[in-house]
Amino acid sequence: MDGLTVTFVNLGIPLGLVLIGLIVGSILEKKHFKSIREREKLTLKLPIINIDSYDKTKTLKKAYLVTGSVVISVDYFKRFLAGLRNIFGGRVVTYESLVDRARREAILRMKEKCPAANLIINLRIETSTISKQGRSGQKSVGCVEAIAYGTAIQYAI
Amino acid sequence: MIITNVENVPGKEIAVHYGLVSGSTVRAKHIGRDFMASLKNIVGGELKGYTELLSDSREESMERMKTQARSLGANAIINIRFSTSSIAQGASELYAYGTAVKLIDSTS
Repeated sequence: MDGLTVTFVNLGIPLGLVLIGLIVGSILEKKHFKSIREREKLTLKLPIINIDSYDKTKTLKKAYLVTGSVVISVDYFKRFLAGLRNIFGGRVVTYESLVDRARREAILRMKEKCPAANLIINLRIETSTISKQGRSGQKSVGCVEAIAYGTAIQYAI
Repeated sequence: MIITNVENVPGKEIAVHYGLVSGSTVRAKHIGRDFMASLKNIVGGELKGYTELLSDSREESMERMKTQARSLGANAIINIRFSTSSIAQGASELYAYGTAVKLIDSTS
């Protein structure tokens, strides 16, 4: 192989991955946000608060722990943009949408686990990254995990 | 066994406090899943295998915590908190902790 082909391959593969990430990744993200918005509307009648308080005048039937979790991965395009951002600093919008997606999805999954509940109290959300060693040895953001948990309250009616 | 993450169980009264109980698991991803995950890393999106793996392990650490509470004679665990930490490449620890208590029906 001559020098030109080598440079082409060396540049072409990462660029191709970034392009695939941009196209497929943004389609997937749009689809996911659409489904999140629809499901948020459906579960709107179940309120969530993050303090320990509920209507004490009503009698309770049940109180139990509910959890919801999701792992969402970064795509190549986002990683590329974030890498550029690392030079100048500032807001990393591409990662903001990623954690936003993960948290909202986790809350939705938690809500969907207790359709009979009237209220979820004491909500806690935790985020952790599952770091992944890149092939070149440096640490990169592999994927982000969000977990939401709270106590579901069901009134006896 | 009743489990909540608030400081008391609504509708019940706490009779005895048994102190802190905890459970943890350390899990590593397996190669098949890791391979699929690295493919998914190109386009982004949810990694279903990891979601399952982590929620299974969290269930297990809860199960360990419950076993500990049962051996103390408790019938509920209150004020549960979860925490996740990655301790090495590809392995993460899932930790759950709470307070074991004995509950009685509220008299009021």
